[in-house]
Amino acid sequence: MTGTLNLVGFGLSAIGPAIATGMIFAAYINGVARQPEARSVLQPIAFLGFALAEALALFGLVLAFVL
Amino acid sequence: MRALSNLHAEGDGFVPPSTNDFNLPPIFESVSWFTKPVLLVFLSVILVSVFFILSSRKAAVVPSKLQFAGESVYAFVRNDLARDVIGHDFMRFVPYLFTLFTFVLTNNIFGIIPLLQFPAMSHVAFPYVLAIFTFFVFHYVGIRKQGFLKYLKEIAFMPGVPKPVYILLTPIEIATFFIVRPLTLSLRLFANMFAGHLLLLVFIMGGDYMMHDSHLIMKLFSPFSFAFGIALTFFEFMVQCLQAYIFTLLTALYIAGALADEH
Repeated sequence: MTGTLNLVGFGLSAIGPAIATGMIFAAYINGVARQPEARSVLQPIAFLGFALAEALALFGLVLAFVL
Repeated sequence: MRALSNLHAEGDGFVPPSTNDFNLPPIFESVSWFTKPVLLVFLSVILVSVFFILSSRKAAVVPSKLQFAGESVYAFVRNDLARDVIGHDFMRFVPYLFTLFTFVLTNNIFGIIPLLQFPAMSHVAFPYVLAIFTFFVFHYVGIRKQGFLKYLKEIAFMPGVPKPVYILLTPIEIATFFIVRPLTLSLRLFANMFAGHLLLLVFIMGGDYMMHDSHLIMKLFSPFSFAFGIALTFFEFMVQCLQAYIFTLLTALYIAGALADEH
């Protein structure tokens, strides 16, 4: 069985952004549940935070293929 | 397709899908640049143009179904993306955001449409070009609004921060605005489409391999792989819409940041 350890490393490095994404959406859901009318205000913020956290995982993915 | 035929021809174990599955051969032998993604990009431009010209040509106060569909997409981009994020003076950017959204969305959804089944954005060149457009648009807007030097000063020296912090903050801010933003914008779209297409390939090709295996148990489990592939196709549809939304949303946020008086 052959393969590259890069992908294992990527899997490990994706744990951080995965937890971060979960926390961001947990906070978003909490906010909307407490104050449903704040949804439109919170939505761009939540997605921006999600995008920023996800960017770290994407760096990992790209490096896994590049290195 | 090519990978599938290789799979049966060699018959020596499962060949997992790799980055090679994304390097499709040219459609015509003589024209080396004209590959499937290029064809899909042209197709998406034609589709989007024809759809929105048709839906807006016979515009009426009581809209037809087609006009309603077209106007819903337009209203979504104009109200939920441009107006809510950029604020006043947002109409200038609606054409750009709308073009971006529909173009990215169409190209992404090509990834799950039967026969086409290839997201053009999984080739990194296309997201790069889109991100470069966005990069120039939001910097141009910022420079026009505040003047070149003042804009650079706002980026490098964020107001309201203690002086010693600038040692740390200035390099980070400059890197964010000029390297990280365009890079992450393009890589996010690319990586999502790439990973999604790879995921579908794994399950569909895996199911196909298991069905043709000689063991009965393998054959029995192959429908599960196919079923998972179908479920993931719907998941991919969600991801594709989400990525088009995020790409446009981030573009709007960057423009809004450049337009704001204070960051």
